[in-house]
Amino acid sequence: MTQLATHRAIEAVWRIESARIIGALTRMLRDVGLAQELAQDALVIALENWPLTGVPDNPAAWLMTAAKHRALDRLRHHKLQQLKHAELGRDLSIERELAATDPIDALDNPVDDDVLQLLFIACHPVLPPEGRVALTLRLLGGLSTDEIARAFLVPEPTIAQRIVRAKRTLSAAQVPFEMPQKDALPERLGSVLAVIYLIFNEGYAATAGDDWMRPALCDEALRLGRILAGLAADHSEVHGLVALMEIQASRARARIDAHGQPILLLEQNRARWDHLLIQRGLTALDRARALGGLLGPYALQAGIAACHARARTPAETDWQEICALYDALAQVSPSPVVELNRAVAVCMAFGPEAGLAAVEALQDEPALQRYHLLPAVRADFLFRLGRFAEAAVAFERAASLTRNIPERTLLLARAQTCQHKLLPKPDTIG
Amino acid sequence: MRFMVMVKATQESEAGTMPEEELLTAMGKYNEELVKAGVMLAGEGLQPSAKGARIRFSGKERTVIDGPFAETKELIAGFWIMQTKSLEECIEWVKRSPNPFRTDSYIEIRQVFEAEDFGDEFTPEARAAEERMREQMAKQGH
Repeated sequence: MTQLATHRAIEAVWRIESARIIGALTRMLRDVGLAQELAQDALVIALENWPLTGVPDNPAAWLMTAAKHRALDRLRHHKLQQLKHAELGRDLSIERELAATDPIDALDNPVDDDVLQLLFIACHPVLPPEGRVALTLRLLGGLSTDEIARAFLVPEPTIAQRIVRAKRTLSAAQVPFEMPQKDALPERLGSVLAVIYLIFNEGYAATAGDDWMRPALCDEALRLGRILAGLAADHSEVHGLVALMEIQASRARARIDAHGQPILLLEQNRARWDHLLIQRGLTALDRARALGGLLGPYALQAGIAACHARARTPAETDWQEICALYDALAQVSPSPVVELNRAVAVCMAFGPEAGLAAVEALQDEPALQRYHLLPAVRADFLFRLGRFAEAAVAFERAASLTRNIPERTLLLARAQTCQHKLLPKPDTIG
Repeated sequence: MRFMVMVKATQESEAGTMPEEELLTAMGKYNEELVKAGVMLAGEGLQPSAKGARIRFSGKERTVIDGPFAETKELIAGFWIMQTKSLEECIEWVKRSPNPFRTDSYIEIRQVFEAEDFGDEFTPEARAAEERMREQMAKQGH
């Protein structure tokens, strides 16, 4: 094997194993920063040795053993220091830890728990959201700080700093490496789900010409979601989130044209949707429902996405079902944007008159005052009702609020169309 | 990236011999690992080619040929669709698979085309979508 091939093989094993190794070391050392550092050391040893000795038969176990040896050394060293400094006698917990960590146990069962706890600690509420995201990608995605920086379009030192600060915060707050207590579980799991969805959306927002690392975030988020679905299979919202991401990802190749401009959902070529991902999404949604998670916010959004995914043509879309799901979503996680989407669904299900009533109810919503889609949606409903003069004003207002040039062009074109409608037809003049 | 990982057929699989319980258990465990790692998107075992058919294409002609087919090694007995960051990662996963047969056999990895692999091929498609949009805008204008 060439050196390059060996390095690639090591990288592959590292990607598969790093979270488990860091998890196991964190369990031993109770310090996620130190655990990551020592795991990294093991990787360096592999990078130095394997090109000379060849890749071992069981590279995963090799890495885990090397890393655990480092951790044991650290623990012994720490213990000696303690003895020297305070003559405390035997620290039984460390003694027990040393006795219990037989490297051969490396690939045994608690590994799953280690990975899950690592995810919980990386997404701990004591950290700011951007710290959670960076740490999660670093510890569980096995991404380098450089890759994370490229994906988020920020300089590498910024990400490095976020990670360092996050580790320091966890250490200072003495956040334990354990499964969250039962009463804290919903909040802690909620944070994990939110971080994964944040990563997904960051990737989904990428446009053509962006660094390839950006869309790769979608894959990474999906991978984390799928892992979580295996580790926390009893929690319906995990499957709800996975369903939502699978179905959204299924449209990835249909939603952007060759110039990087978005294609609206109802304009997309449905043959280009990824039907394997749709199927996976629908299955995950069924699982969420089977666990009684029909009304979780992710499951509801996934349910809406599923209505579109199930429709073979836009005309087959079950808009009444979508309306009902938006009603429920507005109840469990109320937001003006949800209300606006609901208004669109109402228009599609019950006609523009009903849609207009729903959108007019949002006119005074402070959060939407500078949001171009509010007047754009209202304008569209007015247009459908034949109220062209009002529609033209609303389209122009929407155009003035967006900074996206193609979008503005489209909105102004529609305003123009309204103006034309207002002119008397040539044959009526003649 | 996505890969189709194909278990190539053997005389055993073509004879329709069902795997022993031990192998089934090991495979089940392996699949579980793949799922838990977020790597496995799909996977199925296939019936022998005796239960399948081929359709021969020649110009406008279509001829149906019933199985079984002779060239055993070229046939597949099962597949996974895996999503990994690299071919090497996929290879690493496949190496961890239980040996599917008693006799020597192959598992073949092939990369699935992604949207960006087509490059300019997408342009006509996108152009058509744009044209449709323009058409609609024009319709709204009349």
